[in-house]
Amino acid sequence: MRDFDYIRPATIPDAIAAAAEPGSAYLAGGTNLLDLMKGGITSPERIVDISRLPELNRIERLDDGGLRIGALVRNADLAYDPAFAKSYPAVAEALLSGASAQLRNAATVGGNLLQRTRCSYFYDTASACNRRQPGTGCDALEGENRLHAVLGWSDACIATHPSDFCVPLVALDAVVEIEGKKGRRHVSLEEFHRLPGETPQRENALEPGDLIVAVRLPAEAASFSANARYLKVRERTSYAFAVVSAAAALVVDGGKIRAARLALGGVAAKPWRARSAEAVLLGADASEATFASAADAALADASPSGDNAFKIELARRIVIRALISALSGTPERLPALPASPFSNIPGARHDA
Amino acid sequence: MTLELSLNQQPAHARQGSSIGQPLTRRDGFLKVTGAARYAADNHPPGMLYAVLAVSSIARGRVAALDVEAAKAHKGVVEVMTPKNRPALAADPDAKDHPFMFRLDLLQNDQVRYPNQSIAVVIAETLEAATEGAALLSPRYEVMPARVGLDGAESIVPRAVGVGGPAVQHKGDVEAGLKSAKTRIEATYETPAQYHNAMEPHAIVVAWEGDTLSIDTPSQGLAMAQGRIAGLFGIAPENIHIRSPFLGGGFGSKGMISGPQVLGILAARLVGRPVKLVLRREQMYGPVGHRAPTRQTLRMGMDGEGRLTALDHHAKTASSTFDDFFEPAADASHTLYASPAIATSHDAVRLDTGTPLFMRAPGEATGSIALESAIDEAAYACGMDPLEFRLRNYAEVEPMTGKPFSSKALRECYRQAAETFGWASRPIQPRLMRDADGFLTGWGMGTATFPAIMFQAEARAVLRADGSGVMETGAQDMGQGAWTAFAQIAADGLGLDIDQVDFRAGSSDLPNAGIAGGSGHTATAGMAIHNAGAAVIARLADLATGDEGSPLYGAGNEGVLARGGRLYRRDDESRGESYAEILTRAGLTEIEGHGKGAPDPASQEAYAKHAHGAVFAEVKVDPDFGQIRVTRLVGAFAAGRVINPRLVRSQYYGGMIWGVSFALHEEAITDRRSGRIQNANLAEYHVPVNADVPSIEALLVHEDDPHVNALGIKGVGEIGITGTAGAVANAVWHATGVRPRRFPVRIEDLLG
Ligand SMILES: Cc1cc2nc3c(=O)[nH]c(=O)nc-3n(C[C@H](O)[C@H](O)[C@H](O)COP(=O)(O)OP(=O)(O)OC[C@H]3O[C@@H](n4cnc5c(N)ncnc54)[C@H](O)[C@@H]3O)c2cc1C
Ligand code: SF4
Repeated sequence: MRDFDYIRPATIPDAIAAAAEPGSAYLAGGTNLLDLMKGGITSPERIVDISRLPELNRIERLDDGGLRIGALVRNADLAYDPAFAKSYPAVAEALLSGASAQLRNAATVGGNLLQRTRCSYFYDTASACNRRQPGTGCDALEGENRLHAVLGWSDACIATHPSDFCVPLVALDAVVEIEGKKGRRHVSLEEFHRLPGETPQRENALEPGDLIVAVRLPAEAASFSANARYLKVRERTSYAFAVVSAAAALVVDGGKIRAARLALGGVAAKPWRARSAEAVLLGADASEATFASAADAALADASPSGDNAFKIELARRIVIRALISALSGTPERLPALPASPFSNIPGARHDA
Repeated sequence: MTLELSLNQQPAHARQGSSIGQPLTRRDGFLKVTGAARYAADNHPPGMLYAVLAVSSIARGRVAALDVEAAKAHKGVVEVMTPKNRPALAADPDAKDHPFMFRLDLLQNDQVRYPNQSIAVVIAETLEAATEGAALLSPRYEVMPARVGLDGAESIVPRAVGVGGPAVQHKGDVEAGLKSAKTRIEATYETPAQYHNAMEPHAIVVAWEGDTLSIDTPSQGLAMAQGRIAGLFGIAPENIHIRSPFLGGGFGSKGMISGPQVLGILAARLVGRPVKLVLRREQMYGPVGHRAPTRQTLRMGMDGEGRLTALDHHAKTASSTFDDFFEPAADASHTLYASPAIATSHDAVRLDTGTPLFMRAPGEATGSIALESAIDEAAYACGMDPLEFRLRNYAEVEPMTGKPFSSKALRECYRQAAETFGWASRPIQPRLMRDADGFLTGWGMGTATFPAIMFQAEARAVLRADGSGVMETGAQDMGQGAWTAFAQIAADGLGLDIDQVDFRAGSSDLPNAGIAGGSGHTATAGMAIHNAGAAVIARLADLATGDEGSPLYGAGNEGVLARGGRLYRRDDESRGESYAEILTRAGLTEIEGHGKGAPDPASQEAYAKHAHGAVFAEVKVDPDFGQIRVTRLVGAFAAGRVINPRLVRSQYYGGMIWGVSFALHEEAITDRRSGRIQNANLAEYHVPVNADVPSIEALLVHEDDPHVNALGIKGVGEIGITGTAGAVANAVWHATGVRPRRFPVRIEDLLG
């Protein structure tokens, strides 16, 4: 591991000033950054440790009915906040379906948004990777790519964004609050992550030195609380990234869908908001036939980027099931196996 | 309850024991839970430096350049060891004097023969400096195309598979058997490359003092490691002291000393200071062994009653380009099912990988998942229940050799496990069972078997005048509970309570306990302990029975019993005296006895010796997503005498969980071009987590085996993985109607 400077600023402005220098990286929970540094995938010259900035650690209800979650709130603390879980059950479920209990205790809100792809060639510094080293090529294209993207990919990069948390967040119109040299600004989460295009190395809307200070959920996000689910298919029952996941949230009245939100995870370089599917759902009957049309719409532009055609059909089915689950109502308690297809198994005792 | 043990050496002197059979908790448990147990990498001798490997990122070629200057210029770097300055060895690391000697990569030249091969060692004052020094070497390579995958090279027929077994074997006429059959099946299955992935990485802390060596390193075979190091460095084995009190798992990968461990010793020699070298997780995917991939084809013929008329099992596997270890997968068909004609054969490719080695039931596990799947297919083809089919083909003698079994309680295993599981209500047709939530539910079974192997071991027993005892043997506890089970055997062997025995193990200056492998450690070292106890008790009895002052005087012909620190006349238990009294009267502070454990050649010749078991699995499969969950596992195992039911059960649990892992999780994903493993970490190399094993039960089936050894011990370490992997695969078929053809079973295989 390369030598680096370690700075622990006392205030947000100090942090931003320190991180404005080239080669800097913020350290939050460190669960992704430290692995990347140990593997030589990133080699920052200076670490700006924000983990003890107290003002980033709060969950605040806003006057307009929205919620502001500090960037350093730990994934576990957020998921286990009873008021939060009640208002945004799909987000809590997504959080608890991610990683392991130990990792969730360390991982932060900001870090979760900014975690890098799990593409194995990105981690393997001997491989060509446009995202890690622009212009070198993409070894995943002809490689072991059964879990790579089926939406929004380009020949420059076929990686996915691995976050679970971001999937219901993007469905619920979350907004990222960013503070930088030029002050504070707000970017919708949908706009925050970028598709690869020709420049996969540009992963998000942050400029050098920018600090995520909070994630906001608008007032409307809580209106889905009675019918919101997150569903995640994975290759072991817990402690695995999504093969494909979906967040679905509905407002249903008299059998008609009055409002609908849908997003997919594990399919693209960003959490994938399925707006065309939402358009199909809006005003339609809350029926399986509608959900199937919505799923078709959500995947209409999908195409395999490698040995992963199965993910398209899988995503369709997950969308349908997530919508059915949302329609049947948010469970009273978070299931013992959050977001798992097996979450309903009677007698399941394991909690995450 | 006291039970009398028969003694094979000194029948006149019997002991009665009560430690054996008790469900004692681990004696080392407290140390481990509190973190006080000192593992190899926890050691920090004064003046110690850190060594870090630089490893190859190519699979084949040569290292054209290393920027040693840059590494050495880095602050804290003390030395860089490359082929140019590596201290001389007394033996060629590429020499192979016997099949158990594996070739090592010790910087003997600039050639690269697999990814993650060591190409240099950087030694520094800190771990961070050594790590960065290794990165700064920025190797340049001359790259040759990598040979990857079972179709990546021309296939050969290996000279031997496993430990010297013939690659091709047969009895009877398989083709004729198939021809005469009423029903036939043919099926092919693929298993992937797997890596041991013990929690504890290979680590070594080493200090040279002149020509003597002091080493802390995890080892499943202390004396073998000592011998190998002695040979490589040209020093006497007794000048090498290896401590290995605890291993954080081994699974076969710590059976032989590996290249990186020897490089740690070389690094210490080069710099003249103590050195610590610990492998990084990804560096464990290459130089410390793995399980090779296989592609297995089985053909079976059955008569009108569902009796096998022929069984043909072919396995294609892989080894490295420079050494020989061939996974003996097809040999799994030698022992379980009766058939007038059986043929097993192997072929293999040589790939640019590290050499595969023994891993978690080598051959047995790989072969078992294919054999048990094929048996399931055969039963279905005959319209029979899989259990009924297995009973119809039950082997009364070992099918391949015709030898009688030393003991075989498999029928009882089938019965108990099936009953506990509730197998009787299973429909024969697949895809008929759904649970209340709509999940496809399937029930599958597999037969478990593992040979009862013994190696060679020695032990030394001491009785002291204060009435206490000492038992010494260089045994290895990989986490399986050897510290406890051996102490129990020692206590009974010495006729003492377990707390009066000072049991010593895990160090190379103790008597050679052989290897903790092949599920044979408890039997082998256990017998050495037992015999050492017998020897010292015999000496004690001689003292007493020949001493007119003893109440035991003259009892020699009748014999004596040893129990609770006292000897008793066998014919009159009211007459006895304590060890302390006997020794004190004889004016001795202590007496000692030695014992050996080894297989008995005569019974080896006469009997087939195997442990057996039956495993039943329930899986649920999401009908739309193909995600699988094993919701229930019930196994029943018969493996001779149970020394400690708690430890034995946990060995079965562990084995069964590895079986789930084999069927559903484990796979090293290798890039088809570079040959590099893409998931060389525990996030992406999946093994089961708690949520994958919601319910597991292991039944201990009573079995007396008078032939395996005097203690009647078989072995319990590896058997659990066999049978289970196939049971899970068969349950997946029963749930879905889709026959798994490659492992691990993938979501896309079941999407339909
Ligand atoms: C084994 C394993 C399994 C996992 N499984 C899952 C899973 O199933 N689902 C899932 O969603 N996630 C999973 N994760 C990822 C995990 O959620 C992330 O590692 C974690 O959320 C990152 O948060 P952190 O606070 O530790 O970030 P860090 O590692 O500290 O930082 C990550 C990145 O964000 C930057 N950063 C952090 N905070 C800020 C900020 N406030 N402003 C600007 N930049 C910032 C850092 O500079 C760094 O580049 C897994 C991780 C591991 C190691
Ligand atoms: S898919 Fe993207 S991240 Fe993966 S190797 Fe290609 S460019 Fe790199």
